Amino acid sequence: MNAPVTFQTLITPEKPRIMGERPTKISARHVDVHYGEKHAIKDLSIDIPDRAVSAFIGPSGCGKSTFLRAINRMNDTIPTCRVGGDIVIDGQDIHDPKLDVVQLRARVGMVFQKPNPFPKSIYENVAYGPRIHGLSKNKAELDAIVETSLRKAGLWEEVKDRLNHPGTGLSGGQQQRLCIARAIAVNPEVILMDEPCSALDPIATARIEELIDELRQNYCIVIVTHSMQQAARVSQLTAFFHLGTLVEYGDTDEMFTAPQEKRTQDYITGRFG
Amino acid sequence: MTELRRDFIARRYAAERRFRFYGAAALTLTAVFLAILLVDTVWKGLPAFTEHRVLLDVTLDANAIDAVKPEAADYDTLVKEAFRAEFPAVKGRADKKALNALLSSGAGDDLRKLVIANPALIGQTVKAPALLSDDSDLYLKGFQTDVSFAPGTALLRVAPLEGEEGFLLTGDVAEQPLALSEGQAVRFEGGALRIVKLESGHAVAEALGKLETGEFTLEPGQWDIVTFSVPEQDRRIKDQQVLWLEKLKAEGRVENGIAWRFFTDGDSREPELAGIRGALIGSLLTVAVALVLALPLGIAAALYLEQFAPKNRWTDLIEVNINNLAAVPSIIFGLLGLAVFLGFFGLPRSAPLVGGLVLALLVLPTIIIASRAALKAVPPSITEAALGVGASHQQAVFHHVLPLALPGIMTGTILGLARAFGETAPLLMIGMIAFIADVPEGFTSAATVLPVQVFLWSDLPELAFQSRTAAAIIVLLVVLFALNAAAVYLRKRFERRW
Repeated sequence: MNAPVTFQTLITPEKPRIMGERPTKISARHVDVHYGEKHAIKDLSIDIPDRAVSAFIGPSGCGKSTFLRAINRMNDTIPTCRVGGDIVIDGQDIHDPKLDVVQLRARVGMVFQKPNPFPKSIYENVAYGPRIHGLSKNKAELDAIVETSLRKAGLWEEVKDRLNHPGTGLSGGQQQRLCIARAIAVNPEVILMDEPCSALDPIATARIEELIDELRQNYCIVIVTHSMQQAARVSQLTAFFHLGTLVEYGDTDEMFTAPQEKRTQDYITGRFG
Repeated sequence: MTELRRDFIARRYAAERRFRFYGAAALTLTAVFLAILLVDTVWKGLPAFTEHRVLLDVTLDANAIDAVKPEAADYDTLVKEAFRAEFPAVKGRADKKALNALLSSGAGDDLRKLVIANPALIGQTVKAPALLSDDSDLYLKGFQTDVSFAPGTALLRVAPLEGEEGFLLTGDVAEQPLALSEGQAVRFEGGALRIVKLESGHAVAEALGKLETGEFTLEPGQWDIVTFSVPEQDRRIKDQQVLWLEKLKAEGRVENGIAWRFFTDGDSREPELAGIRGALIGSLLTVAVALVLALPLGIAAALYLEQFAPKNRWTDLIEVNINNLAAVPSIIFGLLGLAVFLGFFGLPRSAPLVGGLVLALLVLPTIIIASRAALKAVPPSITEAALGVGASHQQAVFHHVLPLALPGIMTGTILGLARAFGETAPLLMIGMIAFIADVPEGFTSAATVLPVQVFLWSDLPELAFQSRTAAAIIVLLVVLFALNAAAVYLRKRFERRW
């Protein structure tokens, strides 16, 4: 591996406050993403703190999901997509040719908009990741990993008696928690969540939000959301995207009470988007 | 405003009703055609699944059968002798030949099997079934003519004509009209006469078979009037043979049973001996070769094109050409097989191996297209989920996408194989159209396949081969329906929801 990459800080001494309290996990500098002709993200730079929830908000098509997918190089799977600029996780350039993208994705887990459990048993859903990465030596260890992951995702009590039932038979909220359990099972450092509650009812949403709040003790969580209330409830840092640029980012409480930019204010108060 | 809208609604309803009617009409028409096809085929083919046999008392002479080698004995002669013993009155070469023609040329086969299975029978007299010929069989199934018997109620005098062949029949009272008509026959103990010319008070008749007799009188009850619904010249079986068969039937010696030999024997020139086993085995071997070649190749090609290949001009070209290949007339593949596999590689003619190679080429595009569609139908969220937990692209494909696509791939493959199973044209080109009586023993022995067998039989003049043809079609359809049912079952059984 190359020597750790560090950037000049974007952070002013006073804000965002959270960046002063936590170490930086992800740094992006001058990131450009193109989908064919479309310039989806323009010269974006941001620092994301560890052990906190960072929320990306913004109107549809503003590039927040695209940037999220750039963090674990999920955009590689789209043939027309080109990513420029630097993204560094823990001082390591994720576009380093020597870096194994599969290892990166194991370190940076992802939860998708629509719950997408494998059409297999609940147990197999969680055990798949550890198994392909060789995280367990035997069945007992694997069982332990599955149980811990399901406990962390707050699903264990509901499914412990039917681990061999298909994961697709669970309710929407349970499926999404199963997907979170699947993501934590490979012991990632970062969890990316792409609108994880958009397909869920309010009760399931509340349950997931609680879970996110618990998980931030141990993980760097980045969440894309369309719901301003959700961003306000779960995140410590908020970034507002508009037309492929990062308009403003800062501590959540300040963003929602005293945004610096007019566009942020307009969006938050529902004047557009 | 309101008037206009009501008008619109009425027109919309009318259009929808018309559309429903067109749909229902098209469906009904299709169903009717299909039903006609099926009913006609089954109606024609069902008789071929049964056969008529005559039960004979055969003396297994120890001199004629070697107990050490019972299979070498001449069972046909034994059966023929036993059969002729049933008709001691039949004399003369022509009559004996006509009598022998009632039996199949393979009439001794069942007896041979009986003796080989149980050599202790040698020296005894056994009741053995002997297969009847196709014409006898067709007559007994009611395909040649209907026959009715009415007892003669009057006295009948029979006298040989002077100076010419034939007999003169007169009644009890001169000039009284006889209750007979031309074409009918008079049957009595020891022979039968057919009315040739009927005049008032007397009739001229010819003997059925050889009848050497002087003048005699038949009392009422001693003779029967036999009426044939089809005249003799319009059918293959003679009046005399009909009467012989009727005699056997009256004695209870004729049995009707399932023609197992249709399933256990190979092709034959004799319709009653011809079976589909050779063609069926040939079909299975051919399709097996095609499956073993086309399935892995097809899946691998589809996987590569769908999941791994870069999307560029070359892969586009390949894709277009695969789609074109699926539309190439099948006989072209036969020509290709002839030139490449027979001409260049020198593989044996008429072999299931070559047939399978050709059919593999034929179904490969179908399998690739079906497999690609099945792979494409797996939602990308599954791939993303696998990639999201750190699976490599290949792991995601082999652990998740391929297993989920497999039912679809299997469905496509089975439908492709069903097509291969019913394919004739390419196999004609590589010599799988031949009269092959032996059941093929391996991938390189000469063979034919079921649809080609249908084609061959449909060309033959014997009436009995027509029902064999229909019966072979029934077997072919049953196999194809079974394959399609398997495809539907797989689809239902492994259908996933996500």
